[in-house]
Amino acid sequence: MIATNWLRISDVKLLQYQHSVLKSLPMLALSLRRLLATIPVMGIVAIIVFSLLYLTPGDPAAVLAGEQATAADIERLRTALGLDQPFLVRFGQWISGVLQGDLGTSIFSQRPVMELIVQRLEPTIALTIASLIIAVSIAVPLGVIAAWRAGGLVDRMAMSFAVLGFSVPVFVLSYILIAVFAVNLKLLPVQGYVPIAYGIGPFLKHLVLPALSLGIINAALIARITRTTMIEVLNQDYIRAARAKGLSVRRVLIRHALKNAAVPIVTVIGISFALLISGVVVTETVFNIPGLGRLTVDAILRRDYPVIQGVILVFSATYVVVNLLIDLSYGLFDPRIKH
Amino acid sequence: MNASMTTHISVAPTGLRRLWQRHPNFVIGSLMLGTALFAALAAPWLGTIDPQMIAPFNRLEAPGAHFWFGGDLVGRDVYSRTIYGSRISLAVGFGVATIGITFGLVVGILSGFVSWVDQILMRVMDGLMAIPSILLAVALISLTGASLKNVIIAISIAEIPRVARLVRSVVLQLKEQPYVEAAITAGTPFIFILWRHILPNTLAPLLVQATYIFASAVLTEAILSFIGAGTPPSTPSWGNIISEGRTVFSIAPHIVMFPGIALSFTVLGVNLLGDGLRDIFDPRYVSRT
Repeated sequence: MIATNWLRISDVKLLQYQHSVLKSLPMLALSLRRLLATIPVMGIVAIIVFSLLYLTPGDPAAVLAGEQATAADIERLRTALGLDQPFLVRFGQWISGVLQGDLGTSIFSQRPVMELIVQRLEPTIALTIASLIIAVSIAVPLGVIAAWRAGGLVDRMAMSFAVLGFSVPVFVLSYILIAVFAVNLKLLPVQGYVPIAYGIGPFLKHLVLPALSLGIINAALIARITRTTMIEVLNQDYIRAARAKGLSVRRVLIRHALKNAAVPIVTVIGISFALLISGVVVTETVFNIPGLGRLTVDAILRRDYPVIQGVILVFSATYVVVNLLIDLSYGLFDPRIKH
Repeated sequence: MNASMTTHISVAPTGLRRLWQRHPNFVIGSLMLGTALFAALAAPWLGTIDPQMIAPFNRLEAPGAHFWFGGDLVGRDVYSRTIYGSRISLAVGFGVATIGITFGLVVGILSGFVSWVDQILMRVMDGLMAIPSILLAVALISLTGASLKNVIIAISIAEIPRVARLVRSVVLQLKEQPYVEAAITAGTPFIFILWRHILPNTLAPLLVQATYIFASAVLTEAILSFIGAGTPPSTPSWGNIISEGRTVFSIAPHIVMFPGIALSFTVLGVNLLGDGLRDIFDPRYVSRT
């Protein structure tokens, strides 16, 4: 059901299981444990990203230099990438640099990778947050209503939408939206990005279509998990009791059911962040947004490996941190976890 | 009266009709994937011409009787390119599903049975899973060069941790089962336990997982081609066709739309097939939801 790599129901189940284990620990110990657990993960991410240069078959310097490169070009690139030094020596230099915020130097522009990334942060952050808001505000109400009327028409339509959302690639949806809202109706710009400093109106106008395409795709996954969890919660006795004592459907659905379904829903929002990252790379290309995704694509076309390496590290670290924050937020939704 | 009751019972649907009524997702999904498979296998006989044939005269031609799906930037037939593109996508889907499941199975079984290996392998898998798989594939392909083989390998590597985790959790559950404990106590050779008890029980979840990997791989390949890190640009893959058509989208939207529809159709079919298989293998899931 979940198409794009990213995640499947099994991932979600696994995380839910981990959380049920962690639930038994006191909050502070839990937070500390969770915080410490991210260190080895990030360490391994760094090792993997770095080792790729050495592990891939063939001569990476020759591949990166391209077909027209001379032997001298390849040697220059080899020195620039540090491939002429022993693995451990080079890794030691690289990792101590990374820990001090130095992600290396771009082969193409000769500028620090960190600087290139920081310059491109704003559009990507804006796009990510906007799509997340759109995804959640479509998916949660949809999932709740689908679960409440499980088996009915609304439910079937919502779930068809969800399966479609897993299957339509984000760039196809983007082009459909562009064709309708930009080319035909001429309501919104076809592409481009305006920084928030240049005025909130133009900024939002340029953000609507990319955020909508990314948000709709992400909503599919969140809606599906919301529905499954809500159905389980709605079968509980306390829901029947709440209805029996005369509370309105709305109050029961939101105050009693949704609150108890919050932890898995928030978990899947965290996981869907991975989906969002790959989506950002594509959406920024379609809409010509000068963000991190565009930086990645340019780096691919220019075979600028240090930039690719840096972007992967930054994206992975963000993913790990977002999921850490989500884990730590469980106490807000479920007071039982605190004690 | 007895006769009428018997008649009534015998009316209960059987065979294909019963399958259709109980598992429509499975049937629709199989048909959709079957269609894509047919297009890939029968491509030369479906009224196609050479997908690489350049005819500048037909540049950006609108869809019509001559070119059903229109012409692209250099006048190649978008219909032929889309039909031939199914070969690339399905090859990637099958390839990644096979490699991902095979290696994931080996890693998962090793982790499930050998605890010191488990500690190391699962940390590596956690690390791999924290890297967005598109970016992992991008890094691998930029280092090894763009080719269909490298694309398949790069996407597979990102899928292995998920399969491994699934297999590991099944193995850990099975190890607690009395019949497996009994087999171990009785000194049954490990290979036999694996063959008789472990593998049959991983089959159903792995088959379902394989369809999701298939769908995901087809999408990932298209995205990689789209951003210029996939199969070489000359290959008629759906991602490549869309990527080329994107510059002229506002004047010739058909170049993007037809392969886009083919792509969504195939992925939707595989996803439905996966949902159908899951319902067949895990009837509890259906009754619960």
